[in-house]
Amino acid sequence: MHRPNVKDLLAGMLFLAFGLAFLLLAQRYPMGSARRMGPGYFPQLLSLLLIAIGVATALRALLSRAQPVGSIALKAIMLLSLAVVAFAFAVEHGGLAVAVVVLVLLSSAASHTFRLPQALALALALAVFSALLFGFGLGLPLPILRFWG
Amino acid sequence: MADILANLATGAATALSAMNLCYCLLGVLLGTLVGVLPGLGPVATIAMLLPATLTLPAESALIMLAGIYYGAQYGGSTTAILINLPGESSSVVTTLDGHAMAQQGRAGAALATAAIGSFFAGTVATFIIAFLAPPLANLALRFQAPEYFSLMVLGLVASVVLAQGSLLKAFGMVVLGLLLGLVGTDLTSGTQRFTFGLPALSDGINFVVVAMGVFGIAEIARNLEDKSRRDALVEEVGGLWPSRSDCRRMVAPILRGTALGSLLGILPGGGALLAAFAAYALEKRVSVNAAEFGTGAIEGVAAPEAANNAGAQTSFIPMLTLGIPSNPVMALMIGALIIHGIRPGPNVMVEQASLFWGVVVSMWVGNLFLLLLNLPLIGLWVRLLAVPYHLLFPVILVFSAVGVLSLANAAMDVYVMALFGVLGYAFLKLGCEPAPLLLGFILGPMLEEYLRRALTLSRGDPMIFLARPLSAAMLMAALLALSTLLLPSVRATRNQAFAE
Repeated sequence: MHRPNVKDLLAGMLFLAFGLAFLLLAQRYPMGSARRMGPGYFPQLLSLLLIAIGVATALRALLSRAQPVGSIALKAIMLLSLAVVAFAFAVEHGGLAVAVVVLVLLSSAASHTFRLPQALALALALAVFSALLFGFGLGLPLPILRFWG
Repeated sequence: MADILANLATGAATALSAMNLCYCLLGVLLGTLVGVLPGLGPVATIAMLLPATLTLPAESALIMLAGIYYGAQYGGSTTAILINLPGESSSVVTTLDGHAMAQQGRAGAALATAAIGSFFAGTVATFIIAFLAPPLANLALRFQAPEYFSLMVLGLVASVVLAQGSLLKAFGMVVLGLLLGLVGTDLTSGTQRFTFGLPALSDGINFVVVAMGVFGIAEIARNLEDKSRRDALVEEVGGLWPSRSDCRRMVAPILRGTALGSLLGILPGGGALLAAFAAYALEKRVSVNAAEFGTGAIEGVAAPEAANNAGAQTSFIPMLTLGIPSNPVMALMIGALIIHGIRPGPNVMVEQASLFWGVVVSMWVGNLFLLLLNLPLIGLWVRLLAVPYHLLFPVILVFSAVGVLSLANAAMDVYVMALFGVLGYAFLKLGCEPAPLLLGFILGPMLEEYLRRALTLSRGDPMIFLARPLSAAMLMAALLALSTLLLPSVRATRNQAFAE
């Protein structure tokens, strides 16, 4: 039984998905003509190109030898992006110091050598440091601490 | 000749002002610092520190960013030699002989060779820029929309050809990058495109956000995959001075590396990475000590280190004169120029003479700083290597997140960065190179603008790109670059070069 190249197959499908999404969204913008390109002209051209590339990548993957995707650090990337999202949320509702603590604690958990006391110490140190450097030092317009209500 | 001296004098006036000297020094130090720390390449480094430069005057910002770039470059070589861990991709080849030298107790000599080679190459490259930039910019002043369009196509094709791995996937990444670059308000019609009605997206996605996500967060995730405890086994540095025979042996490789690196840096899609690989391969072929390569040959350090610095610097030429980025770092520089309200292109040299020449002269100054500072500071850099990664990456994340937040004081940018982090990691896992994506992203709006103008000029006839000789020549060059990849022998060399 022939096994396809999963890596390229997925890459092709990703391109295809992006191409289709952009093409669909671009339908709302007027095409114009080559002589007077509307806002939809170039995006539609590129979307079609991306769709073609996606299809070609996927087809070629079906015909080529299998290639494993390799190990995926799903927990790591999820925790990292979650940490960044939580930072963005916390900075709006709790202030910079809170956000830094949240970011450091959540992201540290992504490491396999995670130890809570160490991460806590780092989080607090960085929160103080950020407050001093970004808040007072560079004068970024970010509230250091913001309380609810 | 007198012109060139006058230009360099203009530049010196800018670059040697006390303020700009400070920013150059600061850039070089910060760049080396982050370059020494493992797991953050020059693209992520520059993206991370770029928000800090936005409050500076344009020339100081660019001088500092350039300093960060070659500082990071140099820091990467230091880790390559000392712990066999390339701080960034262009110092991968340096690990081969540089680390072998370190294991023989000659780390100091290897570091000194890298520093001397880089400084010499940097000096030569500065003069090459001074000589080549004015005629190139003059040529470019005659460019109209069709020429610019074709030039950008050539640049994008070159970035695809030089990308690692599958050609088709690299093409996909370019096109996806172009599309993502179109998000925001269309300048001609005022239409909001792909913004999902979010006001935060109406100015488009900031390039720092994309670069931080794709090159920063995704890289961190990849580093965290590695469960093996990294042995921070730092080799003894030993005496810094190369012996007399070392000096004799490094002269020719440095000269060849500088020449090759300067040439490859100018080419679209070129830059430090290609230069270092090519110089190592060349040296292995021509050196009388070829048998020693891989076991600590000083030529194997001197040539690629000279080449990557020369290439890093001459890659500024197309960026500064034509407004075309030849690699992701230059794409970030273009982005920085645009933020400062400077439209990249041949006009920069005329309208922003002090900025242009100031940056050129500051490159030489920065290289001097590197030579003078880094050898004495080597002990400090070595100590930094001992910082464990699990303490390091949260710090990187904090700086990235605060940096991105400070761009427009918008939490939305941080959310988008997280999204690009996940996307970037998926690309890494699927073997899709992020560099072409970033180039496409920066060039997207410009490419559309020039296509639109060219087609208006020709009343909708696409043949205009072939009817104009310069434009046709550039498209032919792009086609030629693509077709070489179809030759089996070139393909094999390309695969081999990336496999090493």
